[in-house]
Amino acid sequence: MSVSALDLAQGAGRAPVGGPAGGATPGERGFAGAMKGAAIAVALVLVGVLIFLAVRGGPAFFAGAADLPAHAGNFLSLAAPLAFGSLWVAVIALAVASLPSIGVALAATIYAPSARFGRLLGAVLDLLAAVPSVVFGLWGLMVLAPAMVPLYDWAHQHLGWLPFFAGQPSVTGRTVLTAGLVVAVMILPIMAAMCRESFALTPPALMEAAYALGATRWEMVRTAVLPVARSGIVAGGMLGLGRALGETMAVAMVLSATPGLISVNVISAENPSTIAAFIASTFPESTGSKVSALIALGLVLFAISLVVSILGRRFAKTGVAK
Amino acid sequence: MTLTLTRKAPQSDAVATFASCRPTWRRRTKDRLATTAVVGAAVLTAVPLTLVIWAAIQRGSERLDLTLFTNSMRGVVGQGGGLLHALTGTLLITAATAVISIPLGISAAIYLTEYGGQTRLASITRRAVDIMVSIPSIVAGLAAYALFSLLLGPGTRSGLAGAVALAMIMIPVVVRASEEVLRLVPGDLREAGLALGSPKWRVIWRIVLPTALPGLTAGSVLGVARIIGETAPLLLVAGFTDAMNYNLAEGRMATLPVYIYTQWSAKGLDTAAYDQRAWAGALVLMAVVVVLQVAARALPPQIAKLRRNR
Repeated sequence: MSVSALDLAQGAGRAPVGGPAGGATPGERGFAGAMKGAAIAVALVLVGVLIFLAVRGGPAFFAGAADLPAHAGNFLSLAAPLAFGSLWVAVIALAVASLPSIGVALAATIYAPSARFGRLLGAVLDLLAAVPSVVFGLWGLMVLAPAMVPLYDWAHQHLGWLPFFAGQPSVTGRTVLTAGLVVAVMILPIMAAMCRESFALTPPALMEAAYALGATRWEMVRTAVLPVARSGIVAGGMLGLGRALGETMAVAMVLSATPGLISVNVISAENPSTIAAFIASTFPESTGSKVSALIALGLVLFAISLVVSILGRRFAKTGVAK
Repeated sequence: MTLTLTRKAPQSDAVATFASCRPTWRRRTKDRLATTAVVGAAVLTAVPLTLVIWAAIQRGSERLDLTLFTNSMRGVVGQGGGLLHALTGTLLITAATAVISIPLGISAAIYLTEYGGQTRLASITRRAVDIMVSIPSIVAGLAAYALFSLLLGPGTRSGLAGAVALAMIMIPVVVRASEEVLRLVPGDLREAGLALGSPKWRVIWRIVLPTALPGLTAGSVLGVARIIGETAPLLLVAGFTDAMNYNLAEGRMATLPVYIYTQWSAKGLDTAAYDQRAWAGALVLMAVVVVLQVAARALPPQIAKLRRNR
């Protein structure tokens, strides 16, 4: 049968044969046109975002000291320390969240004693993902940061020879490490969701084969589940990294920042700021050319997170192809 | 033949490792450690959630009284005041965002599944949606600010600008969720409708959309849940005020997340009163989020996948 049922059905419709545009009824043309218009509009929103950002932010790339916030000499000296701060916080969050996210995903799929337990853990993760970042910010600032202070003192005393723990530790606890921990909690459910999905896709035959060969559960996970899910895990990590880079309020509230600083110390009272947090905390009091500089910083952040998300999607695709 | 054997060698090694019936002590210990680590990770995940919810309940309940919901912050310095203006603002801005995003997102998804197929426009729109998902929310705020400052002059703040910023975040969520749901509608239904002589648009309107309605609703609820706690874009373009503002088109408009932030960041002398209000706001916002999550969960099981894809 060379003609599909759908083709036949369309031919039998009220409209004469010849495609929807040819002799379609006004109703058909109107509806199809409206749907097409919506699709074009969605694509145009993105184009619009880029154009508005470029028009208002573009001039700031070449601006001098007088037009830039935070006493920066030129745009690069404004953006570079902030980009470092964004990456630094995001990398700490990723490092903290990656193993727990794989673990909790394993607990919800392979290790779950029942489907109900898996669903319960899924509900916990969904709820964690849904907590607004401003609430995390408030919690990180008032609950977590003070609780971390003794730990930072300890780290400084015993691990002070490492550059990360050198120098006087912060007395408020509002450090890069605290911010990284809060962001880690926020990206954990996103990464765990991706891991969960790829673990659930492991062919059951592969798992049974490993058990049949006498593997323990961990050996089965290591030889059957993790290799199959590797691309999904990496893609989840990239997704989490992208989310961490764009995280604004939690970082803006938790971090006691000194814009312009580049430092790898994670427990000091003086911390590098991040692009997103700097924009959020500076924007309300900015006007004119300073606003343009912040919009240009937004473009930089957009570019960074776009690269991360493209890399992530590439990893996810190689997983599908396998 | 030799080549095949050498290639298979590592596998047969693996077989040898697993071969003995009872795993060695070493292997059993490793297995137990791994199980402990996995269980530990699961418990570890629940800890911050419990702590955050506990902190919100404990500290938020200090100011959770009726006046919180009947008063704005107008003229309030120190004790008293409430979040009525912020709650109203959040409802208005969220409603406006939904009115922009849901019809547009579902229509675009209809084009992608029913009309577009593999056309150029469809692939461009899909790629645009992929990129929009990765826009950091603060960048959406900046874009909305740039748009409104080009249209209405610099320094404009309004609830509508906030809704436009949030729509940039919500539209891709709705498009993705709706597209996936529409694909689940069986082709037989469409063919049956067309075979009866209905034009395509009537088949979509009377058969496809009603069939997909629960899923489309769930997708929209997820979209709302995604934006209701957004702070950064609203801080930039909707601004903040202490008074009621019912007009989306003009003037600064307070919202719940920004209210929480400003209660903390712009404290008066009586800091305890501001902290109490911030936590009370956090508790109310958390309650709204939990209700939305439960609502999305109550919807049919085929949506479960979408929820995770968010």
